[in-house]
Amino acid sequence: MITVTELRKSYRQGGRTIDALDGVSLEVPRGTIHGVIGHSGAGKSTLVRCLTLLDRPTSGSVSIDGRDLTSIKDSEVRSARRRIGMVFQHANLLDSRTAAGNVALPLELVRLSKSEKDAKVARLLGLVGLAEFADAYPSQLSGGQRQRVGIARALAADPTVLLCDEPTSALDPATTDEILDLIRDLADTLGLTVLIITHEMNVVKRICDSVSLLEKGRVVEQGPLREVAGSLNGRLVQALLPLPPHNPSGTGPVLDLLTAGGSGSGPVLSELSRRFSLDVTLLAGSVETLAGEQFSRMRVGLAPAAEDNAPAEPLELNEVVSHLRARGVTVEVAA
Amino acid sequence: MNFLEQIANNPGLTEALPKEFAATLQMISISGFFTVLIGLPLGVFLIASAPGGLRPMPVTHRILSDVVVNITRSVPFAILMVSLIPLARLITGTSIGPVAASVSLSIGSIPFFARIVETSLRDVATGKIDAALVMGSTRMQVIRKVLLPEALPGLIAGFTSTLVALVGYSAMAGIIGGGGLGRLAYNYGLQRFDTTVMVVIIVIIVAIVQLIQLAGDRAMARVDHRNAATAGAGRRRRRAPVPEVSA
Repeated sequence: MITVTELRKSYRQGGRTIDALDGVSLEVPRGTIHGVIGHSGAGKSTLVRCLTLLDRPTSGSVSIDGRDLTSIKDSEVRSARRRIGMVFQHANLLDSRTAAGNVALPLELVRLSKSEKDAKVARLLGLVGLAEFADAYPSQLSGGQRQRVGIARALAADPTVLLCDEPTSALDPATTDEILDLIRDLADTLGLTVLIITHEMNVVKRICDSVSLLEKGRVVEQGPLREVAGSLNGRLVQALLPLPPHNPSGTGPVLDLLTAGGSGSGPVLSELSRRFSLDVTLLAGSVETLAGEQFSRMRVGLAPAAEDNAPAEPLELNEVVSHLRARGVTVEVAA
Repeated sequence: MNFLEQIANNPGLTEALPKEFAATLQMISISGFFTVLIGLPLGVFLIASAPGGLRPMPVTHRILSDVVVNITRSVPFAILMVSLIPLARLITGTSIGPVAASVSLSIGSIPFFARIVETSLRDVATGKIDAALVMGSTRMQVIRKVLLPEALPGLIAGFTSTLVALVGYSAMAGIIGGGGLGRLAYNYGLQRFDTTVMVVIIVIIVAIVQLIQLAGDRAMARVDHRNAATAGAGRRRRRAPVPEVSA
């Protein structure tokens, strides 16, 4: 479990003080994957450096499995770090060592017999699907393979926590998905607590259980994926369930609808059309599976249906909205 | 034919050459040995003590880098040699001969090699150092397991350049009293106008330099795994950028 409380980090730069982290708090329960997403300059890298104690935070605390890292002495930092596995954007493998040699590096820092070490390296390389590449040098591996070696190395010291700093930002989309699925599998099978720093929403969508949006050193939105995706007012929903650019509808009212998982399932739109005699036009929408649940966000234009001989009835917008809400759909009147 | 006869009958070559050749090799190997022994740790210390290094020590770093290394490097080698004669006498008990000359040769090339070490180590990506630190490495482990192995191809190329520079320095040292091929070329070739001796010595010195460079390139290719094509076998040769030599 990772707990970060009111973490602050200020740098002095040319006489000015810059708050790279301005009171960040987050909690990642054991065995779950938390994504920290933000643009460059939001403080993501500083957060990672503070979590690994490569930088000491100005104030606030970081604790891993209940042990406060910020209060420990310099001499204890090294053993505390061994509980953290870290995956880097560019894998940061040693070019002078083979894949097996790279995975063995963390094991050389602790007392371990050669046979134990070799067996463990072989097992780790098998775990990431690179058993037959043990003797290859990093320059002979593809980007995705290098990142797999990096993951195996991060797991070598049996950490309980895996920190991933932009683990897929240097990879192509197909390889990105492979690496993300691998991280998800490992988290599930080994019970790892994972924190992923990223600027790619795809990473969050694919494997995260919860997410924090970091902006200018502050967390501006945070929560389980299904919560942040289930609120029409949040900042993240536009990124998780984007509405493509669209033309405004004609004259009628426009509604934003959001259905999540079990809520609002069923033929919402056709029911609406029949019950209120409405023409429902789908202006824009997106459907995604997030954290194992189906989410759909739609923007619809409404107009009274003109029937053959009867004049169109005036539209009772309030009734429509309350009907939809009663069906479990989140509704906003957009126009 | 005539030339070969000249070589065979020239006392400068038949009698003096083997001895002076041995003296040159002696100077290069003694000073090469001490250059690595002292220059390598000095270079490591320069990088580790630098601001933002593994163990920043700004004042010590300043003194070592700006004062010791730069001043030693900026004094012309011929002058450095002469001014170090008392030190050579103190250490070796004599001021002439290859062993005495090795003292000033070493002191002249240690800062040069230390700078090369510093540059090679600085080229090791900081991410690799961060990765090792996050694993829980000590600073010493970072140096031994990351910095030095990763910089090894550059270090070998740098040592090769240092040795080649030492061949040149040793010729100069010969004139001042160190003996060796440099003195032979100067005494026989220049002062007695014995062109045969001069030509033969130049050929030998060129051959020594070529051999050093060849061995250096071989050794570097063997440890260089940064390039996919050469990573496994280490057969193909890659020339390292040779740093400029200051005399």
